[in-house]
Amino acid sequence: MILEVDNLQSGYGRIPILMGVTMGVAEGEFLGILGHNGMGKTTLMNTLMGHLPTTGGSIRFDGQDIAQLPPHKRSRAGLGLVPQGRQIFPDLSVHENLRMGMAGGSSEDLDFLDEILTLFPRLQRLLDRRGGALSGGEQQLLALARCLCGRPKMMLLDEPTEGIQPSILEEIVDTLKVLRTRGLSLVLVEQNLDFIAALSDRVLTIQKGVITGQMAPEDLKNPELVSEFVGMTTA
Amino acid sequence: MDIAIIVGLDVISGIASLVLISAGLAVIFGMMKIINLAHGEFLMLGAYATVLSVSAGVNIWLAMLVIAPVFVGLVGVIVERCLIQFLYGRLVDTMLATWGLSLVIVGGTTMLFGNTIVGVASPLGGFSVGEYQSSLYTPFLAVMAILVMTGVWAVMRYTRAGLIARAVMQNPDMAATLGVNPARVYMATFGAGAAISGLAGGLLAPVAGVVPTMGAAYIAKAFITVVGGGTSILWGLITASGLFGFINQIAAFFTTPVFGEVILFIAAVVLIRMLPTGISGKFFKGRL
Repeated sequence: MILEVDNLQSGYGRIPILMGVTMGVAEGEFLGILGHNGMGKTTLMNTLMGHLPTTGGSIRFDGQDIAQLPPHKRSRAGLGLVPQGRQIFPDLSVHENLRMGMAGGSSEDLDFLDEILTLFPRLQRLLDRRGGALSGGEQQLLALARCLCGRPKMMLLDEPTEGIQPSILEEIVDTLKVLRTRGLSLVLVEQNLDFIAALSDRVLTIQKGVITGQMAPEDLKNPELVSEFVGMTTA
Repeated sequence: MDIAIIVGLDVISGIASLVLISAGLAVIFGMMKIINLAHGEFLMLGAYATVLSVSAGVNIWLAMLVIAPVFVGLVGVIVERCLIQFLYGRLVDTMLATWGLSLVIVGGTTMLFGNTIVGVASPLGGFSVGEYQSSLYTPFLAVMAILVMTGVWAVMRYTRAGLIARAVMQNPDMAATLGVNPARVYMATFGAGAAISGLAGGLLAPVAGVVPTMGAAYIAKAFITVVGGGTSILWGLITASGLFGFINQIAAFFTTPVFGEVILFIAAVVLIRMLPTGISGKFFKGRL
């Protein structure tokens, strides 16, 4: 297990959101987490990354207890987050955004940056463009590429499909499948059933801050099963 | 014609001193969105470092260009670690704390060196334009102002540290997600801003009366220049210094130096009323 989360609790100020999340991710595994808005998906991601304080439970990553580490130390330990809303630096160029992906290391490896870019042909033409001037889909690709520039062992991917045209979604799926063959582990939170089914080895469902069940990706095509675990009525 | 050249030199000198006295404050405000009210005292410490080094026999160029910025830069790092780091995101608290700090620095300096004017001789001679005399130090200050701006620009634009600093300025949480420790960036930025202030203080030492309370003469001008310029460090500083320096010197020429200052402050009030986010907030949004 590269990531072991046990009874994790967290929230905003005094308002608890995560009520005790327990899950594990094997090395090289793509884990999907499915849930409605407001069920704690983004809170889980931000707690794993360290942007929200862990108020109970433990997080072990790559053999190390990281629950009390600040975000930059978790990043240096090999955890990468592609956050909701993508968080591209708007006034940095695309190339500078990618260089920021290497900011945690002691030096920049521009050859590795070029290697990552071969996975993202669409970005190659945009290197001098301001990050803020890209379309939502291009920004999502940039956010993925930027994260990969930091050579993460595990990527946390928070709702990448939000507001993105389908053609780019297919590109993202294809790119991530390539990365799986290179040993990356992934935790993906989503409410887009097709996207999560296309990528995940295993899907957990989250409701009101606890994991409510586990499904095989094939089961996502069965609306009754999905609504039983997630409370989703539309499939 | 000669008088026009002299007035032109005055205007250049006015703009250059505004750039120099405001640059350190602009870096700290632009990067960290905090106002350092001890900025005037940082200038004063730079001036004292220069004067004391020179009277200890150090070469004046070395004192102004190296000792003053290094010393005040270190003071800045210590201040950030001991005071500022606890107050990020609390604008008013930071202003109060740095104002208190300024009183402490003034008091301490007075205790150590007395409340008397000290000084160093200007290291450059004069030149004449027709029947008027001017000091070579004026064009030197202008060159230094340009060098400081170019230096800040080059570091921000072309170095890895500058890139990281710009990223933290735009989104500290995301920078942390990518492995940057924002606290260290803030410490370095505050130190760099203080060092620039120290350099400016050193450069002003030959042309200003160096007393413990001299900072008060500069903080107001630096403050309005930075607020008038807005958060874009370079463009805000260039445009606001250019505008205010020009208004100040021209008004001083047609009236008196005192009225020149009055008109400068009125212009600043009007400008900030019309452009509450400063010149760069309106015209150079997102630029360095």
